[in-house]
Amino acid sequence: MTLHRITLKTGADLHTFRKAVRWLIAEELAPQHVVFAIDDEPGLLGDETVTNAPPVAIPKGVSRLIEQVVCHGDPERYALLYSLVWRVLNGERDLLEVASDPLVHRIDLMARSVRRDLHKMHAFVRFRRMQGELERFAAWFEPEHFILEAAAPFFVDRFRSMDWTILTPIGSARWDRHELAFGPPGRREDAPEEDSFEEGWRGYYESVFNPARVNPTAMRAEMPKKYWRNMPETAAIPGLIQTAAQRVERMIEQEATMPTKRTPERAIEAMWDQEPKTLEELNAIIAKAGPLVPGATQAVFGEGPHHAEIVFVGEQPGDQEDLQGRPFVGPAGKLLTKAMREAGIEREQAYLTNAVKHFKFEQRGHRRIHSKPTTGEVKHYRPWLMKELELVRPKLVVALGATAVLALSGKATPITRSRGRATFGPYQGYITVHPSYLLRLPDEATKREAYEAFLNDLRRIHDLAQADLETGELPLAAE
Amino acid sequence: MDEKLSKKLRILADAAKYDASCSSSGAPKRKSDPDGLGSTVGTGICHAYTPDGRCVSLLKILLTNYCLFDCAYCVNRRSSNVKRAKFSVDEVVTLTVEFYKRNYIEGLFLSSGIIRSPDYTMEQMILVAKKLRGDHGFRGYIHLKTIPEASPWLIEEAGLWADRLSINLELPTEKSLEQLAPEKDGASIETAMAQMFERIEEAREERRHFSPAGQTTQMIVGADETTDADVLRKSAKLYGHYDMKRVYYSAFSPIPDSSAILPLKSPPLMRENRLYQADWLLRYYGFDVDEIASSAEQGMLDLDIDPKLAWALKNRHRFPVDVNRADREMLLRVPGLGARAVDKIVVARKHTTLRLEDVARLTSGLKRAKPFLITADHHPKARLDKLDLRERLIEKPEQLSLFA
Repeated sequence: MTLHRITLKTGADLHTFRKAVRWLIAEELAPQHVVFAIDDEPGLLGDETVTNAPPVAIPKGVSRLIEQVVCHGDPERYALLYSLVWRVLNGERDLLEVASDPLVHRIDLMARSVRRDLHKMHAFVRFRRMQGELERFAAWFEPEHFILEAAAPFFVDRFRSMDWTILTPIGSARWDRHELAFGPPGRREDAPEEDSFEEGWRGYYESVFNPARVNPTAMRAEMPKKYWRNMPETAAIPGLIQTAAQRVERMIEQEATMPTKRTPERAIEAMWDQEPKTLEELNAIIAKAGPLVPGATQAVFGEGPHHAEIVFVGEQPGDQEDLQGRPFVGPAGKLLTKAMREAGIEREQAYLTNAVKHFKFEQRGHRRIHSKPTTGEVKHYRPWLMKELELVRPKLVVALGATAVLALSGKATPITRSRGRATFGPYQGYITVHPSYLLRLPDEATKREAYEAFLNDLRRIHDLAQADLETGELPLAAE
Repeated sequence: MDEKLSKKLRILADAAKYDASCSSSGAPKRKSDPDGLGSTVGTGICHAYTPDGRCVSLLKILLTNYCLFDCAYCVNRRSSNVKRAKFSVDEVVTLTVEFYKRNYIEGLFLSSGIIRSPDYTMEQMILVAKKLRGDHGFRGYIHLKTIPEASPWLIEEAGLWADRLSINLELPTEKSLEQLAPEKDGASIETAMAQMFERIEEAREERRHFSPAGQTTQMIVGADETTDADVLRKSAKLYGHYDMKRVYYSAFSPIPDSSAILPLKSPPLMRENRLYQADWLLRYYGFDVDEIASSAEQGMLDLDIDPKLAWALKNRHRFPVDVNRADREMLLRVPGLGARAVDKIVVARKHTTLRLEDVARLTSGLKRAKPFLITADHHPKARLDKLDLRERLIEKPEQLSLFA
């Protein structure tokens, strides 16, 4: 039987190979009857006329492998790949799973070599800024395989806002911030000869090298010499290796010296004195950090006497609070103020704050609808809340609703089960519902009932704060 | 780039190099915006290698090497006479952006000596990250060192900008910390690690950004008397409690102007290497720390052979193992077989019966594996029980001596 000759172009000629495979399979031509030749001017040596044939269904893994291996520089790649396809279609559909098979092994090594070259190109390309006003960059690189087109998208994803060109002996790639275009091979001279940051980069490279760990073999394994000539930092390598031993010896032999400067005792002592000492200082820190979820107008801080006996902790500022910059001034805040008054607690005597200091919402038309802070968000604000309590030093901390409980205890706990007295770290606490819960109840009867219960809680809170918690003497019978 | 900045860069890169971590892995894949700069790939990229074989992936620098702490092992301790320098926030931002544009680096790894106060120092570091992300739309990798002595809200903020956070434990025991790092305190280090662990987990569940590449730490090996077994026990605890992505081991290395209480010698590089191998066994090979410790002599790993081989030689009764039949767990315990080779074996043997030459195509460690393996055409028989097996399997040390 005669040999069938298939001609492909130089480079990763996936297009012709795919077309050829379809035809060969349709013609049922086994690998031993096919030769693959690389010739950019085909038609001279009596090549096969490959006609269109239907696509061949091959496993995904095989086609992925083909895409990689066609980039390999070895001229045998097409023949090997065709043998693979042939076997896969003739009874060995899972052939790729047999990694120990000599053909699979060989093709796998080739794919690995291509992937490695791609990775190294991503790593070792060095852009230099081109002369001129506009910020444009160019690089000269010599890949081992035909990988330019496969490698280019990485640079687009990374340097989208930059204008750059990569020149190689097998073609060039240009990104003008809008479009990626491939062109003819470039020359080394077409890239700038230097860059103003290279000196600094080389200095950096030299400085991160630790002469006590010199190991050029390990370096060369990962950064083969063939790449060196296009990497400006590698000029430093011989010198670094040569002087390493001497540098280490000097370090080891050198006697320990006495410090030339005196110990900065006062600075050392002062460094531990870093905590904010007043609520104002703390609030300034919170304000500077900005909202965790973008959107809030401002941070809403706690409000009330600095050493209030009771601290009320809510969830987060609402729409009104966000605009006014004060806690509990919206509908729920008004309800709370009313209930407090009825329970004998003067709002001005208590300290009111929120677990989360910024309003988080969803915009619906003109309305900003409250959205509940997540556990992680609540915890983000927690260190500030803890510091706030430390500065106020209240007798009693009241958690209004589940978010406040989470913020104060660090754990999610349902209100229904934990309502009543509690302990939050070093603080005596009390857990009740958030006043906005009362506003949300649908019918009047339940609403009234819930308000009564809330009022009862507030009365107990009032009494607890009156009592001397340390001796445990309570005016009311405790639970 | 002006000369003054170059000079500072040399000093502050030199001062940062004793941190072994340089990885740029683990961040979610990102691409740059039309006006922004930078991307991340899952596995990270090493942009160069220095002649010590270490990778240069991130611009690893200190904001300053002035320091109020006095840790004996550290080149930057306040009592050292090394040259000092300090970057401004903008200088670090410029260097990162310009180096990144030239494809020298994957991003920034920023650490610092403690100046003024831990809070002040941490704030400056956060400011660098914030400016990179905000002013330059920087989507590359950022690793921030966390200062455990800083206020907890600063840790909260750092995680919003960084891809990875880390606190170096440096010394595995409280006693060593007390002796060699008087300003540090093991309890506050672990409190900060716990805070980061909690926040990283929550953010992952809530799909928010908080140090998405997790946290790592480093221990120095050879500056104190801690045994390998104790180092590994500490590691196991750190992996278990705080879900560390990596524990780095850094062989204590000669530094310029060293402290009188830590006389210098060559760094124990082989010991460091064995610790990494043991660490891998803990994380990917199903070993527990006591199994590794039990095959170490007086708590120290055998320097001549890898820890898996050491374990196998002490547990010969569990071998030989049949590649065509044994379960994955037992194959992972065969010396010379890596996790990837084992996975390939398990898949391949569904279709074929493996012979020795087949296994040879799947691993480069066949020499070590052979006495412990049965294949279709090979049985080690009595060779497994030979007394000189250990000696036969010792590999010539490769490039690990100091002046090779």
